[in-house]
Amino acid sequence: MSTRLANGGRLLNRGKPLEFTFNGKHLRGVEGDTLASALLANDQMLVGRSFKYHRPRGIVASGGEEPNALVGLGENGRFEPNQRVTTTELFDGLTCASQNHWPSLEFDVGAVNAKLSRFLPAGFYYKMFIHPRPFWKHIYEPIIRQSAGLGKAPRDRDQDSYEHFYAFYDVVVIGGGVAGLQAARAAGAAGAKVLLMEQTPHWGGRAPVDGGTVDGQPVDKFVDEIVSELETMANVTLRTRMMGAGVYDHGYMLGYERLNDHRPDAAGPRHRLWRIRAAQIVTATGAIERPLSFAGNDIPGVMLASAVRDYVVNYGVSIGDRTVIVTNNDDAYRTAITLKKQGLEVPVILDARASGGGALADEARALGIRIENGKAIAKVKGGKRVEGVAICLQAGEGAVLEEVKCDAIAMSGGWSPVVHLWSHCGGKLLWDDEKAMFRPDVDNPPTGADGARFVLPAGAADGEMHLPRVLENANAAGRAAAQAAGHASKPGTLPVGETQDEAPITPVWMMPQGAGIKLRMKAWLDYQNDVKVSDVQLAAREGFESVEHAKRYTTLGMATDQGKLSNINGLAILSDTLGQAIPQTGTTTFRPPYTPISLASIAGPARDATFQPLRRTPMHGWHEANGAYFEPVGAWRRPYCFQKAGESITDAVQREVKATRDSLGLLDASTLGKIIVKGPDAGRFLDMLYTNMMSNLKPGRCRYGLMCNENGFLMDDGVVARLDDDTFLCHTTTGGADSIHAHMEEWLQTEWWDWKVYTANVTEQYAQIAVVGPKARKVLEKLTDDDVSADALSFMGWKDITLAGITARAYRISFSGELSYEVAVPASQGRALWDALLAAGKEFGVTPYGTEALHIMRAEKGFIMIGDETDGTVIPQDLGLDWAISKKKEDYLGKRAQERSHMTDPTRWKLVGLQTLDGSTLPDGAYATADGTNANGQRNVQGRVTSSYHSPTLGRGIAMGLVLNGPARMGDVLDFPKVDGTVIKAKIVDPIFYDKDGEKQNV
Amino acid sequence: MSEAVSALNGATDEGFVRIAECGLTGMITLRGDLGAAKLKKAVKALCGVEPPARGHVAMADHTAVAWMSPDEFLLMVPYAQADELCAQLDQALAGEHALAVNVSDARAVFRLSGGDAVREVIAKLCPVDMTASAFGPGQFRRTRLAQIPAAIWMPEEGVMQIVCFRSVAQYAFDLLKNAATPGSEVGLFS
Amino acid sequence: MLILTCPCCGVTAEETEFHPGGEAHVKRFGPGSNDDEFHSYLFEKVNPKGVHFERWRHANGCGKWFNAARCTVTLEVFGTYSAQTTEPPQDIKDKISAKRPGWSWREFA
Repeated sequence: MSTRLANGGRLLNRGKPLEFTFNGKHLRGVEGDTLASALLANDQMLVGRSFKYHRPRGIVASGGEEPNALVGLGENGRFEPNQRVTTTELFDGLTCASQNHWPSLEFDVGAVNAKLSRFLPAGFYYKMFIHPRPFWKHIYEPIIRQSAGLGKAPRDRDQDSYEHFYAFYDVVVIGGGVAGLQAARAAGAAGAKVLLMEQTPHWGGRAPVDGGTVDGQPVDKFVDEIVSELETMANVTLRTRMMGAGVYDHGYMLGYERLNDHRPDAAGPRHRLWRIRAAQIVTATGAIERPLSFAGNDIPGVMLASAVRDYVVNYGVSIGDRTVIVTNNDDAYRTAITLKKQGLEVPVILDARASGGGALADEARALGIRIENGKAIAKVKGGKRVEGVAICLQAGEGAVLEEVKCDAIAMSGGWSPVVHLWSHCGGKLLWDDEKAMFRPDVDNPPTGADGARFVLPAGAADGEMHLPRVLENANAAGRAAAQAAGHASKPGTLPVGETQDEAPITPVWMMPQGAGIKLRMKAWLDYQNDVKVSDVQLAAREGFESVEHAKRYTTLGMATDQGKLSNINGLAILSDTLGQAIPQTGTTTFRPPYTPISLASIAGPARDATFQPLRRTPMHGWHEANGAYFEPVGAWRRPYCFQKAGESITDAVQREVKATRDSLGLLDASTLGKIIVKGPDAGRFLDMLYTNMMSNLKPGRCRYGLMCNENGFLMDDGVVARLDDDTFLCHTTTGGADSIHAHMEEWLQTEWWDWKVYTANVTEQYAQIAVVGPKARKVLEKLTDDDVSADALSFMGWKDITLAGITARAYRISFSGELSYEVAVPASQGRALWDALLAAGKEFGVTPYGTEALHIMRAEKGFIMIGDETDGTVIPQDLGLDWAISKKKEDYLGKRAQERSHMTDPTRWKLVGLQTLDGSTLPDGAYATADGTNANGQRNVQGRVTSSYHSPTLGRGIAMGLVLNGPARMGDVLDFPKVDGTVIKAKIVDPIFYDKDGEKQNV
Repeated sequence: MSEAVSALNGATDEGFVRIAECGLTGMITLRGDLGAAKLKKAVKALCGVEPPARGHVAMADHTAVAWMSPDEFLLMVPYAQADELCAQLDQALAGEHALAVNVSDARAVFRLSGGDAVREVIAKLCPVDMTASAFGPGQFRRTRLAQIPAAIWMPEEGVMQIVCFRSVAQYAFDLLKNAATPGSEVGLFS
Repeated sequence: MLILTCPCCGVTAEETEFHPGGEAHVKRFGPGSNDDEFHSYLFEKVNPKGVHFERWRHANGCGKWFNAARCTVTLEVFGTYSAQTTEPPQDIKDKISAKRPGWSWREFA
């Protein structure tokens, strides 16, 4: 059983006990524990069930590579699934629960899958669930969805905060082990601005656990000294609990800082995502030990040898009383020696190498540990925990020579450098035959904006596993990075490491070498996704020979751990099955993030009130306080209507239209785009931008204009006012303000850069209010001494006036068909004018109206709306707007495109009015059907509704639509089927439904 | 004239730095040939400072001139005088191809104060190097504040000014306020 | 995420300050052009593997358009230059020649 030892635990503060719960059980740990070490200290060997077969699973590792021990951490607004216990720091009051089992961890019904495992090999889902087709949607998918997944998605709103931070460095060193520390020191000494980040709370990495000396001192002491030295360097920033999550183009990288995971009640953000630009990045990310593939290697109690050592040395926790060691390299002997020195039993070391180990093996032997060279594990005995091992020859097929009782197994299949961050942005890898590992190919590094290398590996991440070489290599990497960032240095003093020499590794991908199918079906590669040696072999036999295909077919390496333990073993098995060398098979692609990061940290400030910018007009506060029902228009919020107490939205809209037509309405039109265009070539420029002629517009006058893109399609419309000889003010749609300004600048800067034109977007400088209705003039006259009569300010004219004491510009334009003034005032006085108009208009029953009333009134008048009548494929000619297209101009944007054959096709659908025979309102977007069907068997169509409303003015439905040969078919009746199968009949009519002669607006 | 109201009417917040909406600030967009003697003279006459070099802002007691782009200055002047000064510019630049337009009401201005930590607040929101060696008083940087365009400058050490569009003033204020929440100090610039 | 230097304001900034605008040095064809010319102008944009010239706008910055010479494979940026030109400046072409001997792009080399 696993337990807390009486002594040891270099990271513990035993004087500070902490309480926590696991599946409701109250357990105790101490300060400095990870959740993993605390669970193990309480003999909680079984921590979860596997994804597919629901096999009992225990902790395998001691770091971020852990595949099994995932829990649901926290509760309510702090619940988070799939958290690795090995990287979770214990705190008082922590609660967690295991995952993927029902009804309980100890008794899991899903475990029946394990009994069926030989019927559920790789590709089972693909083969099984394809027939019959309808079963997928109604039977298979719901069941698979129900049973899939590890953790449950959180239900409550995340109660924590998160943020981003932009930082810039000469050199960023990822990893705070001895290599990272030395690389940072070397770069810092050269004068570079350095950031050193370490994902755990502790500096030094695993070197202090592995032993050896630096400059004759224990590694711990060296780490303390170098950290103290770095802390005094003003140009070096040190951050713990910060993981290098990803390396991207041009020196961009993400640092994921976990500020409060270990102290959830502290102030400040939980996570901070550092968005870093580094001239150079040093990846001192260490290495990860590989498991060995033997039968039963997933039973709780089988653990990586380095992890067994970590738990003893760092946390004072033993995994078992009797630990069998199985290895193909010297490093695992360190675990045997550590255990033995702690007084724990090591019944046997099984060294798969026929020639055995080196100096470390001698040391183990001297301690009295039995060593068996050329031996292997045939299978592990036990179910929910290890009970013993059956020993065989590595070179054989698994005939059992002997059984040994034990309660833990420490395995080592060798070490894989953590090349993820090197690889994220294109760094290539080399297969090192001697060390049996992929390591960075430093001649093919990621390159930056200048085409030069910007990532350097250091230490174990560069394949250097021997302490003296680690320090030398890291020192060189630190110096080289600083130099590349412009900080050359003289070689400083290099700390000298010392540790035992190691005998070479012998690659062992399958144990024993000739394992039969029964053993291979119990030899796990990917613990989290339940992929076995036999699955990869099956994939290869079925033709999934590319490593990327085999990965997807078997799901090897596709779990939340992204195959940190399994990838190399898996591709070695694939290579072996295909009879090719490992480099020929290659690796799958390493993608960021290195381990999962919180989605909230990616969102950063983009949540709640700051989820996205919300644009407010100067009158927004009034709208909010007066029943506005808002609709989004771009980033703006515009009132759709203003609801009175107890009033429905429909009723409010109808009331607003009637009140405006009968007397007086007010519209907040501040969001309309307003762009100043000035210069000697302004007229010529606008003639190119608009389909109409603008250069002959007289100062003081306004003209409605259409704007097309080079494809000929209508993109915006609005009223242009000529302010003086050189200056125009162009109104755009609300959504078009920024894009049309950008469109103007694009043409001025990139095509007609010799034209003398300046533009300025003054949209937000003005609050604009449309004063609309028969009483519009009357209300203005109450507020101004200026003459706003029909003579002084005629339709389509503008005039500077003083209104309610505010400097204003009044445009006699109308989008409603009523007598109408659009009044622009400085934004800071918009609210004051709004209030003044409401007060002055009271006697006329002034009614603020929203965008829906605006839409209805314009539709009653047959005015088009960009985005309703247009959709990016409609040209002005489709809308009967030929009158707004100048015949005199040689050129304008879109003119040539409108001459293309498809644009001049007489069968293009054209704008008409549609009047339902029964007075009902057509559904927006409904299609008019025609006889016959098309090649796809769909009913032919001959038109569609582009705008449709109930008109309160006319008391019936009105609509506009694009119809085949529409204008020539006045009076024809079309069928518009509804979703419910019924049909509405509508007659083709003139699109102007109300006041055809404009008598109401021209008063 | 009725009373003019800025976007947030002078809202403030006390986080680990102080945030204040500055109220109404006169602003004139001036587009033209920034190298032309006539334009430079007009700017100096109006604001009392030599026009700034690329990427910079020239500041006097109540005025400032910021370099916006190769053909654009932003003149910051007392709010009440903006229209009149704009007219003066028009007059001074008569015959030149130039555009002067009052944009005072189109903008919101914020002031952060509270030592080096003001750099930190900006570094949480803008993709700009805020270390003192990279950005300091006199520089003017147009950039992105989370999801909106903005410009930042430092009237002096320990003070940061931000200008953005008026309609998104509340968004900008909320961003700044969250970024300056006590407990979220990064501790990088002090 | 790229970093680019805007030649108009001199700022070196990350990609989020910029907006891409597609192929540079496209000649406009208007009324009077034949169908092939106009079709090519509207639709036939090159998308080379390797050296490419493209338009960018410093949207969250000085607002100006500029051109960039960039390798679409390695993302190396050879240089940025004024949008008010009809072909890449010689110094940029020389720099590309030094790094990618034998390159060509449309009619340029």
